Amino acid sequence: MTRLAPHALRAESLTLGYDGRTVIEKLDLEVPDGRITSIVGPNASGKSTLLRGLARLMRPESGRVTLDGRDIRSYGPKEFARRVAVLPQQPVAPDGVLVAELVARGRHPHRGWFGGRSSGDERVVAEVLEATGTAELADRSVSELSGGQRQRVWIAMALAQRADIVLLDEPTSFLDVSHQLELLDLLTESNREHGTTVVMVLHELNLAARYADHLVVVDGGRIAAAGDPADVMTAETVGAAFGLECVVAEDPVAGSPMIVPIGRFHRSSQLG
Amino acid sequence: MSAGGVVAPSAVPTARVAAVAAEVAAARGRRRRRGASVALVVSLVALAAATASLLLGAAGLGLGDVVAALAGQGSPKADFVILRLRLPRVVAAIIAGGALGLGGALFQTTLRNPLASPDILGVTGGASLAAVGSMLVLGLEGPAVSLAAFAGALIVAAAMWALAWRGGLTGIRFVLIGIGLASIVSGLLGWLMTRAEVREASEALVWMVGGIASIGWEELGTAGAALAVLVVLTALFSPRMPLLALSDDSARSLGLDATRARAVAIVLGVGLVAVATALAGPIAFVALVAAPIARALVGHGQAGLAASALVGTAIVLVADLVAQHALAGLAVPVGIVTGLIGAPYLLWLIARGNRKGTDG
Repeated sequence: MTRLAPHALRAESLTLGYDGRTVIEKLDLEVPDGRITSIVGPNASGKSTLLRGLARLMRPESGRVTLDGRDIRSYGPKEFARRVAVLPQQPVAPDGVLVAELVARGRHPHRGWFGGRSSGDERVVAEVLEATGTAELADRSVSELSGGQRQRVWIAMALAQRADIVLLDEPTSFLDVSHQLELLDLLTESNREHGTTVVMVLHELNLAARYADHLVVVDGGRIAAAGDPADVMTAETVGAAFGLECVVAEDPVAGSPMIVPIGRFHRSSQLG
Repeated sequence: MSAGGVVAPSAVPTARVAAVAAEVAAARGRRRRRGASVALVVSLVALAAATASLLLGAAGLGLGDVVAALAGQGSPKADFVILRLRLPRVVAAIIAGGALGLGGALFQTTLRNPLASPDILGVTGGASLAAVGSMLVLGLEGPAVSLAAFAGALIVAAAMWALAWRGGLTGIRFVLIGIGLASIVSGLLGWLMTRAEVREASEALVWMVGGIASIGWEELGTAGAALAVLVVLTALFSPRMPLLALSDDSARSLGLDATRARAVAIVLGVGLVAVATALAGPIAFVALVAAPIARALVGHGQAGLAASALVGTAIVLVADLVAQHALAGLAVPVGIVTGLIGAPYLLWLIARGNRKGTDG
C-alpha cells in the first residue's frame, strides 16, 4: 500500500556451515515480494541457518544471497539494515534497559555517524509502539515484562527499522498459543498495511500453514518443497521431512491445510 | 525506497501516535534531567573532596592561602604546598579516576558482563607488568613508561581475544580466560619483583598498590593530553555502545559491524586503563565499580559513559582523601582504600550472579 519499491531477495546456490560442517548445501530460494513466507523443517534441518544466511548474519561458504540483484555482502551495514530487518532467535536485552530505549535502537540504520535522533525517529518509534500494543509499556524495563510482551517489544524494534523485508527466527517459541496468534496477527497486519515482506522460521506447522502465503519446507539442508501451503502441506511431504505419519485436514477457520499427527496408538482411528 | 519513511499506517490513528510520541519524549526528558542531576551531585561530591584535599594537611594553610596560591599570588610556602604537592595529587586523582571509570564502562558494556572489567581481566595487570618491567629492567621513565603500559595492556587484551573469541561472545568465557591471564600476569610481576634490587623493588611496590602522591606536572601533562584524546575518540564512538550492549546478531541486524565496533571499544578501553595505570599504578577496583554505581544512581539501564567517568573521578578523589587523612599520621596509597571498598562489591557481585544463575 504505502510501500514504494519491490524487492527481490534470492539465495543462489547458497552453501552455509559452521566450522567446515555444511548445514545448507547449494540451496536456491526466491522470497516472494510483499508476501509472508514461512520456513519450516525438523530440528537441525538448517532452517535457522538459512534465515541467518539471508539475514547476512553468516558468511556463505559458497554461492550468494542477492537483494535486488546485488550480493548482500556488497551493501554497507546500515544500508542493508534499512532494507532488511532481522529478529534473531531469543534476543537478550541488557539489564534495566527501557522499552522505549530499546525500540528507538531500531532507528540506528537511519542515523548518521554521530547518532543524533530526529523528530521523524520519534514518530516512527511512537507508531510501532502503538501498532504492537506496547505504548503503555514504553517506560518499563524490558527485563520485567512477560514473554509475550517482551517479544512484541522486539518486533517493535525490528519494525522501527522501517525495512521492507523483515526476517524472524522462531518469533513464537516460548509463547503460549494465544500470544503466538497475537504475534502472527501483528506481523500479518504489518504485511497488509505496509506490504512488508515477512520471512519467518516457525516450529508450529499449522500456524505456519495458516499465516503463510508461501511455505518452504527445509530438510537436510535442502528445500524439500516450496510453494502455496495448500500444495506443499501434504501428508507425503510432512511424512518425509518430519518422519511423521499424519492426516491433512482443512483448517475449519482459515481453510488452510491442517496437520493432524497420528502417533503409534491411534492408527486405527485414521481409517474409521 | 521507503527507508526512513514516516508514513503513518492507516490502522494507527495519527492523533494517538502523536500522543505516544509526546509521552515517550517526555519520559526521555525526565530521564535526561535525572541523569543531569546525578551528574551534578557526583560532580559536587568530587569538588568537595578536591577542595578538602587542598585544604587539609599539616601545613596549616587556610582557604585564603589556597585561593591565593591557585590565583598565582600565594606565599612561597603556600605555593609549594598547594601547587607542588596537593594540586598535582588532585589532578592525578581526576585523570586516573575518570580514565578508569570510562575504561571500565567500555569493557563491561562491550563484553556484556559486569565482571568483565579491566582489573579483573588482567588488562590493568598487563599495564602494571609492562610499566614495572620497563622501569626495573629497561630503566625507562616518563612517557616511555606510559607507552610500555599501553603495550602491556594491549597484549593482554589481544591474548584474551585470541583465546576467548569463538566467532562471537560466549557467556563467561571471556571473564574466565581474563582471570587466568590476570594470575599469569601477577605471577610474572612477582617474579620481576624478586629479581629486583630491594630499594627499586620497594619503589615499584609502592607504585603497584596505586598511589598518586609525588606526581609531577610533566607526567600530568602527558597523561592529561592522552586522556583528552581518548575521551574525544570515545565520545565519537559512543553512539554505537547501546547496540553493542545487545547481542552480536542484534547489533548486526541494526546495521553495526559488531566485531569491528567491539575491537574499537576494547582498544579505547585499553588506552584509558593504560593512561591511568601509567600515571598512578593499578588503582584497585575503580574500573569495576564505577559503571554499576553510575547505573544504580541513574536508575535505569542506560547510564552513559560520562556518568561512569564522573563516578570514577569522585571515587578516587574521596578514596584519596580517606587514604591521606583517615588514619592520623599514616597516609596509605589510594589503591588500598579503593581495594577495601571494591573487594566486598566484587564478592557481592559474584554471589548475586550465582544466585540468579546468570553469567553475571
